[in-house]
Amino acid sequence: MLEIRNLNARVEGADILRNLSLTIKPGEVHAIMGPNGSGKSTLGNVLTGRPGYEVTSGEVLFNGQDLLALEIEERSREGLFLAFQYPVEIPGVTNMEFLKASVDARRKHLGLPDLSSFDFMKLARETSKKVSLDAAFLKRGVNEGFSGGEKKRNEIMQMMLLEPSLCILDETDSGLDIDALQVVASGVNAMRDDKRSFIIVTHYQRLLDYIVPDHVHVLAGGRIVKSGGKELAHELEAKGYSWLEDEVA
Amino acid sequence: MIALQAGGPHVTEQVEGLIRKEYSAGFHTSIESDTLRPGLDEDVIRFISAKKEEPEWMLEWRLKAFRAWQEMEEPTWAHVHYPAIDFQALSYYSAPKSMADKPKSLAEVDPELLEMYAKLGIPLHEQEALAGVAVDAVIDSVSVVTTYRAKLEEAGVIFCPISEAVHRFPELVKKYLGTVVPQKDNFYAALNSAVFSDGSFVYIPKGTRCPMELSTYFRINEMNTGQFERTLIIADEGSYVSYLEGCTAPMRDENQLHAAVVELVALDDAQIKYSTVQNWYPGDREGKGGIYNFVTKRGICHRNARISWTQVETGSAITWKYPSCILKGDNSVGEFYSVALTNNFQQADTGTKMIHIGKNTRSTIVAKGISAGRSQSAYRGLVRINAGAEGARNYTQCDSLLIGDRCGAHTFPYIESRNSTAQIEHEATTSKVSDDQLFLCQQRGLDAEKAVSMIVNGFCREVFKELPMEFAVEAGKLLEVSLEGSVG
Ligand SMILES: Nc1ncnc2c1ncn2[C@@H]1O[C@H](COP(=O)(O)OP(=O)(O)OP(=O)(O)O)[C@@H](O)[C@H]1O
Ligand SMILES: [Mg+2]
Repeated sequence: MLEIRNLNARVEGADILRNLSLTIKPGEVHAIMGPNGSGKSTLGNVLTGRPGYEVTSGEVLFNGQDLLALEIEERSREGLFLAFQYPVEIPGVTNMEFLKASVDARRKHLGLPDLSSFDFMKLARETSKKVSLDAAFLKRGVNEGFSGGEKKRNEIMQMMLLEPSLCILDETDSGLDIDALQVVASGVNAMRDDKRSFIIVTHYQRLLDYIVPDHVHVLAGGRIVKSGGKELAHELEAKGYSWLEDEVA
Repeated sequence: MIALQAGGPHVTEQVEGLIRKEYSAGFHTSIESDTLRPGLDEDVIRFISAKKEEPEWMLEWRLKAFRAWQEMEEPTWAHVHYPAIDFQALSYYSAPKSMADKPKSLAEVDPELLEMYAKLGIPLHEQEALAGVAVDAVIDSVSVVTTYRAKLEEAGVIFCPISEAVHRFPELVKKYLGTVVPQKDNFYAALNSAVFSDGSFVYIPKGTRCPMELSTYFRINEMNTGQFERTLIIADEGSYVSYLEGCTAPMRDENQLHAAVVELVALDDAQIKYSTVQNWYPGDREGKGGIYNFVTKRGICHRNARISWTQVETGSAITWKYPSCILKGDNSVGEFYSVALTNNFQQADTGTKMIHIGKNTRSTIVAKGISAGRSQSAYRGLVRINAGAEGARNYTQCDSLLIGDRCGAHTFPYIESRNSTAQIEHEATTSKVSDDQLFLCQQRGLDAEKAVSMIVNGFCREVFKELPMEFAVEAGKLLEVSLEGSVG
């Protein structure tokens, strides 16, 4: 599904990712944890092609293709999705038209016909229900005036509609109340199957109680310093990151 | 080694790209024209008047305006810059030659003219069938084809070229022409009054709701021919009319002057909705060759009357335009909804004036400015509350959206209140199409152009919803085309 080999990337002249390698197989859920500023969001941004993030060496294969050679929107249409840590607002553009345009773009890429407005509206309403957002949110501007938790649920709704093959969730759990956390988790779990993979960036073990990962990685100083199974998350919760410093050195 | 572009420059380059789009309506047809020698003096005015076989009073009216114009100076206060216009180098009359014997039907119309409309996406053949829209097509100075007139006349509505109204309805023309925009109002209005070529005349009788939306397409076709349309719309007591104006112009090397005057008269309880989607040729990427658009549009509202100006501006090298309302009657309402988009080297100085004279008069101003490339746009609005305007209210909202970092938006709100009971609210915002917004859209599979046009359309939503349906769709498309190439 995804193969990252010796990836080095910089932002604003500073090297952030250093020789990062990671392999994700179809159907796997990988959790990425690590201290603030260690490069977790940077990884998501580099993979999705965000302007300003410069890859200095290394390669990334996504379903066998050279991911880094694709345009931002092509990566999306190929099935790569990023749920943002800080979703932005687009005033005046309704959620509905935004979602329809993005779903149309993805379907077109897959050679599927556009959904009719009627069918799309029905689908969007059903999906908004799944993330406990009132259908009224579909008529509002994209994230416009949404609360922090509503923005995160909106991200998950977009993910559900786009049915990506690789989903990166960047701290989708931060700022969520307990009910919302369950909504997000059950959304992800409902989408899990043997083809779709997830990268879940989080600081908290709690989310991983609901979404049980196959692998847990610790990112520190721009590289993966430790990988393990789901029990690693418990260990981190108990001990923090400092004990890993020896291993980093 | 793979290098992704950095945030700031990324957007700027995208913007550059989006702007590089040839003007699709830019072409020149070679209909033979009957053009007057360049220059302006009393003889030229007599020639124009004679050519139109105008009555003496009309000629006198023009001459009076001309004499006033000679004493006036070009205004220099607008936030626009352009080389001096040599008014003596322009020609002040031009009519398609095939007009000598007026066509009775489309079949008699110059095929080249029809072809030109087709290129512009205005299929005249279909217009006849197009439900609800009557088209008074103006090419250069003379109205060529008028459709639907019979149906309108049945309702008592008069919709005809103003040159024809001068002959058929002299009393109405005499009574109202120049009452809203006097001959001496300003430099360009005086020039227009002296040499106006043609334009539309509309009269809606008392208590009548005009049975269809009235629409006129304007087009400049003659090299170096100043365009001086004159439109007069009179809505008699308790009547309603919605009038649509749309423009597009061919590509050209020299800047072209356009100085129109539009006068609206809304008598007691009447309502006029005037919508414009304007697409004059803006000039090439270096800013060469666009239209200079200096327009005076003004309406007067009598008791309980309402005038709404809605406009979407994307064209012109230079735009100087302030559709205004004089709220003379008690309880009258003035509205101004505007979207002005500038790109490349365009300059726009637009806005409105709301003059509150009557009691409990209300006005609403929603102005949206979008600047891309190296363009400059300015909003200039005046809200004046006269001493007698007890209980007057105004709400003004001015929003600017910048695309890229080499363009500018400026707002100049002027408020003059001479009545302490007046309530005036003003809100202004400036925002940018941010890298983050673009990235969000692209991460969701939209290409940059689609993303920008969606963001821009979202920004304009409040204004677009004021436009008649088909115009709103057209306006959305126009913005998309105008921004094509400014990202990517
Ligand atoms: N656009 C940017 N401009 C400047 N520095 C940046 C930018 N993006 C990331 N950085 C820097 O790169 C480093 C890694 O940031 P990143 O956001 O990837 O951390 P993170 O692991 O996601 O942290 P957190 O847990 O706080 O979300 C930080 O030092 C950050 O300041
Ligand atoms: Mg982060």
